Amino acid sequence: MKERKVREAASKGRRALIHDIARYTFAIVFVLAGWEITALLLKTPALPTPQATIPVFAQYAVAMWPDFRISLWRIVLSLTIGTVLGAPLGLALGRSPRVDAYFAPVLYILYPLPKIVLLPILLVLLGLGGAPKVALVTLTIFFQVLVVMRDAAKGIPEQTVLSVRSLGGSRLDVWRHVVIPSTLPELLTSLRVSSSVAIAVLFFAEAIAGSTGIGYFIMQSWSMVNYPRMFAGIIALAILGVIIYEIFDICERRISR
Amino acid sequence: MRIEFKDVSVSYDELHALAGFNLTVGSGESVAIIGPSGCGKSTMLRLAAGLTAPSSGVVLADGEPITHPRQEVALILQDYGLLPWKSVLANAELGLRIRRMSRKLARERAMAALQQVGLAPFARMRPKELSGGMQQRLALARSIALESQVLLMDEPLSALDALLREDLQDLLLETWLERHHTQILVTHSIEEAVFLGQRIFVMAPRPGRVVAQIDNPRVGEAGYRSSQEFFDRCTQVRDALHEGGAR
Repeated sequence: MKERKVREAASKGRRALIHDIARYTFAIVFVLAGWEITALLLKTPALPTPQATIPVFAQYAVAMWPDFRISLWRIVLSLTIGTVLGAPLGLALGRSPRVDAYFAPVLYILYPLPKIVLLPILLVLLGLGGAPKVALVTLTIFFQVLVVMRDAAKGIPEQTVLSVRSLGGSRLDVWRHVVIPSTLPELLTSLRVSSSVAIAVLFFAEAIAGSTGIGYFIMQSWSMVNYPRMFAGIIALAILGVIIYEIFDICERRISR
Repeated sequence: MRIEFKDVSVSYDELHALAGFNLTVGSGESVAIIGPSGCGKSTMLRLAAGLTAPSSGVVLADGEPITHPRQEVALILQDYGLLPWKSVLANAELGLRIRRMSRKLARERAMAALQQVGLAPFARMRPKELSGGMQQRLALARSIALESQVLLMDEPLSALDALLREDLQDLLLETWLERHHTQILVTHSIEEAVFLGQRIFVMAPRPGRVVAQIDNPRVGEAGYRSSQEFFDRCTQVRDALHEGGAR
């Protein structure tokens, strides 16, 4: 009986995996087909066909690896710092109306400001290395997470908080048993959604200044008029995006199960 | 445990939720509070649970002022206060875990409580997978697991259909007869008040106060629900409610 259940679960897992692979295969075929058709129609060296690009990607894979690693590290670091700072602060604002009354206007002024315009200032302050890039992406993530977590904390039903308090729960217990678990799914959604913005911002920062990262690799290829090399970089950036997105997607599905 | 309200008033801004409220619930007694919306019933429970402080007067538990939530007092809210992201078992043991009881012991006691309300087979499910009646049982199991000496209930059965309500009223009665904790039940339902309250307090709003007290000593006797006296008592409560509202 138990054995059958285990076997059933295993085959269910296998089926899900096959389904995932099928989904990604379809997506890749779809994107490549669209790419191929566009390239054939445009007939410009700036958009080489996939057949021309994929071998180049393989050729440059080793050369790109250090830049890829640097970009991945910058994204992961920024996501981590942005979350560690933004999530608790957002929750605290959402949970305390008095503090929120003061800080909400500050947030309304700063949130819509595209953080990317701060890049020149960050470059002056932090130099051309990794620091200004991480700072810029961190700022982007920080505000995204802050706003989402503030709203999530406001949305916690007071009855749920009361029930934990009536069981003798302290403030800490309320955070541990209610505030954090109830807002975790929203945190993951906001990270998943803002990861693509984060990668865009990182690309821009790397392209503008410095000499490291996939963004630099792409712009350097562009200035060398080496379009296949540039496309190899674009594919690497796409892979970076997929990795980050999938990590959050998996976490999210695990938690909301 | 004995709960006393001594000349208690609670005001929110201009609104007097309670004014000069006096009530004593003896140890092991079961009382029902009934009245229209806004008569301060829920405020009264929150005072007893230590979640609200009175504007004036004092609320005592065995002679000691209640200033914060106490271990011995459990509160069941209208929407049961279950945590949707925890399993049924985790919800049942939540109070014990908050009290820093070891995981093993908490689990044992929570399982025993689930057993008692017939939810043991559903321990691994999430509350939202349960029906309304089962969620209510779970809320009861949580307070049974705590072995609380005082059980406060805020319209615990109002979301359930009539038959299920009677089943759960029976369960509440059985649990009380077995454990003889102090029980304060706030309800909108006259039958529920008469079925479970040894004394029934009728409240009126603006400001919230007690307008009638009806003794109901036959609570817990077999067949009480279908006796003539039960119906007479219901009529008496109904009349008191009408009178209170007219004033």
